[in-house]
Amino acid sequence: MNQWASFGEWLAMGGYAAYVWPSVGLAIGTLVANMVMARRRHAKALQRALRRMAIDGNGDA
Amino acid sequence: MATWTWFHQLGSPPHAYRIAGRFAPWFGWGALLCIVYGLFGGLVLAPPDYQQKDAFRIIYVHAPAAWLSLSCYTAMAVAAFVGLVWRMKIAHAAAAALAPVGASFAFVCLATGSLWGRPMWGTWWEWDARLTSQLILLFLYLGYMALRSAHDDLQRADRSSAVLAIVGVVNVPIIHYSVYWWNSLHQGATVMKADRPSMPAEMLVPLLVMFLGFTLFQWWVLCTRLRAEILDRERNARWLQTELLDGAR
Repeated sequence: MNQWASFGEWLAMGGYAAYVWPSVGLAIGTLVANMVMARRRHAKALQRALRRMAIDGNGDA
Repeated sequence: MATWTWFHQLGSPPHAYRIAGRFAPWFGWGALLCIVYGLFGGLVLAPPDYQQKDAFRIIYVHAPAAWLSLSCYTAMAVAAFVGLVWRMKIAHAAAAALAPVGASFAFVCLATGSLWGRPMWGTWWEWDARLTSQLILLFLYLGYMALRSAHDDLQRADRSSAVLAIVGVVNVPIIHYSVYWWNSLHQGATVMKADRPSMPAEMLVPLLVMFLGFTLFQWWVLCTRLRAEILDRERNARWLQTELLDGAR
C-alpha cells in the first residue's frame, strides 16, 4: 500500500481519476441495479402467485 | 440410467425452485465478499502498471464484465439449446433469466473499455474487430430480449428466442480470438492464455477474485430470476401451493 502518499493521491489515480472512477462507479451501479431488479422480479412473481392462490382457495380447493 | 436422474431432477420445476432457493444466498454473499476484496486489492493494494500507470486499474471492472457477458451468453445458448431439443421448460426459463444480467455487463464492458481507450489509445471508439464483435454481443442480447417480449405466447417466445441465442453463439469465439485473427488495437490476452498469465501475483490475484465474484453474482441473479420465472410459469401447479403456503415463504 506504500504507493499512495495520501488519500487525495489515491483519489487522483495518477491523473487518470476521470477514467478510473466512472468505470468503477458504472460497474458497481450495474451490480446493484441487477440485484435490485432481480429481487423485485422475484417479489412480484411471489405476490402474484400468492394472490392467485388466495382467489383459488375461496373457490374449489 | 441412474446418471441421468440429476438432469431430470433439475428439469422438474419443484426441484429447480428449491435448489435455486438454497444456493442463492451462498452465491450472493460469496459474490459480495469476492467483489469487495477484489476491488480493494485492485484499486488500493496492487502496484501501478509500468506502462499504463494507474489507468490499468480499469481492468478490475472491465475484464470481469467482459467475462460475465461472454460466459452468460454461452450459458444462455446452451440452456436455449437444451430447451429446444429436449423441450425442457426450465431450460428456457434459465435462458430468459440470464439475458438481462448478461446484456447489462456487455454494456459495462464496452463503456469501461471506452473509458480505458481514451487515455491509452487516444480514442473513445474504433471499429476494430474486438470492439465491434463485443458490440454485436450487446445487440444479440437486446435482440433476444426484444424477441421474447414481442410474443404474447410464452412457448413461442421461448422457441423463437432460443433460435436467436443459438445462432448468435458463433460470435463468442470470434470475440475471444479477434485479437489474434485481426490486427487489433486491443491488447492480447492477459489471463486466459495457455502459458503463465503476464502479471505479477499482487495484480493477478485481485483480478482472479473479481472473476470469481462476477461469476458468483451471475449465478445469484440466475437463481433469483429463475425462481421468479418458475413462479410465473407454474401458475396452477399443486406443488407450488404446498411450497408457498406450508413453507415460511
